Amino acid sequence: MDLSSINPVLLIASLMVSATPILLAALGELVVEKSGVLNLGVEGMMITGAICGFAIGVNTGSPVLGFMFSALCGALLSLAFGILTQYLLSNQVATGLGLTLVGLGLSSLIGKPYEGIKSPTLQKMELPLLSDIPIFGKMFFSHDPMVYFSVALVAAVWAVLKFSRAGLILRAVGESHDAAHALGYKVVRIRMLAILFGGACAGLAGAYISLVRVPQWTEGMTAGAGWIALAIVVFASWKPWRILIGAYLFGGVTVLQLNLQAAGAKVPIEVLSMSPYLITITVLVIISARGNHGAPAALGKIFHASR
Amino acid sequence: MKRRTLLASAAAVALAFSGTAMAEDKTKVGFVFVGPVGDGGWTTEHNNGRLAVEEAFGDKVETVFQEKVPEGADSERVMTQMALSGADLIFTTSFGYMDPTINVAKKFPDVKFEHATGYRQSENVSSYSARFYEGRAVIGHIAGKMTKTNKVGYIASFPIPEVIRGINSAYLHAKRVNPDVEFSVVWVYTWEDAAKEADAAEALINQGADILMQHTDTTAPMLKAEEAGILAFGQASDMIAAGPNAQLTSIIDDWAPYYIERTQAVMDGTWGSQNTWHGIKEGMVAFADMSDKIPTDVRAEALQMIEDLKDGSYHAFTGPINKQDGSAWLAEGETADDGTLAGMSFYVEGITGDIPN
Repeated sequence: MDLSSINPVLLIASLMVSATPILLAALGELVVEKSGVLNLGVEGMMITGAICGFAIGVNTGSPVLGFMFSALCGALLSLAFGILTQYLLSNQVATGLGLTLVGLGLSSLIGKPYEGIKSPTLQKMELPLLSDIPIFGKMFFSHDPMVYFSVALVAAVWAVLKFSRAGLILRAVGESHDAAHALGYKVVRIRMLAILFGGACAGLAGAYISLVRVPQWTEGMTAGAGWIALAIVVFASWKPWRILIGAYLFGGVTVLQLNLQAAGAKVPIEVLSMSPYLITITVLVIISARGNHGAPAALGKIFHASR
Repeated sequence: MKRRTLLASAAAVALAFSGTAMAEDKTKVGFVFVGPVGDGGWTTEHNNGRLAVEEAFGDKVETVFQEKVPEGADSERVMTQMALSGADLIFTTSFGYMDPTINVAKKFPDVKFEHATGYRQSENVSSYSARFYEGRAVIGHIAGKMTKTNKVGYIASFPIPEVIRGINSAYLHAKRVNPDVEFSVVWVYTWEDAAKEADAAEALINQGADILMQHTDTTAPMLKAEEAGILAFGQASDMIAAGPNAQLTSIIDDWAPYYIERTQAVMDGTWGSQNTWHGIKEGMVAFADMSDKIPTDVRAEALQMIEDLKDGSYHAFTGPINKQDGSAWLAEGETADDGTLAGMSFYVEGITGDIPN
């Protein structure tokens, strides 16, 4: 085994790229779940964001416009979920699953003319000064803008949830919608906003796959990343920074196992291939075993002002 | 009253359907695809074969296809559906459809089935495959001559004989012209996951591979090679659009002539179960244009090898070849028999790493 051929700098750099879609999607879902709504349609919103962003990116030649449009499309799709679950009081689990199916179908319909085309991709943005730091510069500060954006978004979500009044209200709605309602907060409106935010994040996450990670469109290219994002939210006990850890851990193990294979590590490849899932499940089990792990109390419950 | 109308209209519809069914003398050909038809690789090329069938027979044929069908139980449902909807001939185009095809074929003795890249046949199931390893021999030779880091990255899908044959063939021919060459094989356990293939490509590139080969179906590895400014070989279809600078050549699977021939056989009533394994000679394995980056002498050697493989004067597995553990497999001048090749489950000497089970 020749592990010296694995360059830790490049490894960490590529794990950040590999984890960014999961990070973005999981962060969006965290906000949604914090408001007490369980949206299982992350995969569907991601794949729709992937094709919408790709289409606009190709047609306008601007990946930035592509990303913006993908967020819009993700939010639009989540709007359908919001209307169904918040106003028409449909079951959140079933609606979310339906959303995934709709997203997968819709994306392959929109995507037909875009097969086999390359998209313009984001240029790497070397942060001035920071990227000149030896080792760390290349590791952390020589990425495309979306990687920085995703980390900044983690910080922003954390700060808003923890310190701002808006965050407090959002959490209150997620813990007890009846109490929040009694205090005069517009539960449904707040949840709709959270759902839209989640949709936009999922859209961005999808577009990151189709515009940066693999600058092309292939049907079903998110390949289950949305489900991993859902698991990461639980994994993180609904805490933003732990989302970052969870996503980077999952992305890291995924990239590491491929690197170990390439380096000819004497570990059975079957074990390597399942390691990202094994580790995620193990951590989930440990967290669940601790009992109360911070799930919003009203998660998945339907709210109606008359009840 | 309403119910009566309903019944009447239902009867009318049923009549209409049976009417069209009787008027129909079209041969219906079904295709089960593992990826989307636009993957730019494996499934694209099978779909080109389907389109060629339509073109060749025009009104006399009707084709249907289902893309992105998961290997395993789900594919049985799709095949059953196709057979029930009146398909006369069904092509199932991935290794993992082998047992489902055999199972479904038992239930529909009048429908002919053709399974790609497998080894099981029955009364109404033929199998067919291409000698991709002949193509791999040629690209192995080019890679051996052209790698500067002496490290070739190989993105493999599943540890099945077809993939292992490809690795062995490419390695043998690279090694023959470059004793220092090393192959890094990464198993991604998927045919079709662009992001994962891209990650695998990146891992290989980061570890110093300067030429990539892939045995997966999307163009993602080619895109990554292009991005990193290294070289790569396309798989199954011409991937030049994904890697205008990176692609040295692609192995192209040309299924069209076979699909047309077998459809014709069904029309003529001459279809029989058989096992087809065609190579460069029959045109089932072809190549995309060789890149200008290949030096003239290497290109000439590659073209010569293609000629030799075509006329049969050279076999891609010609001894002496030892197995990975050092035991002898083929003696000097001996060539591999199809049986061993079809079930190949060992690496040849010199490849490092183990084949996963």
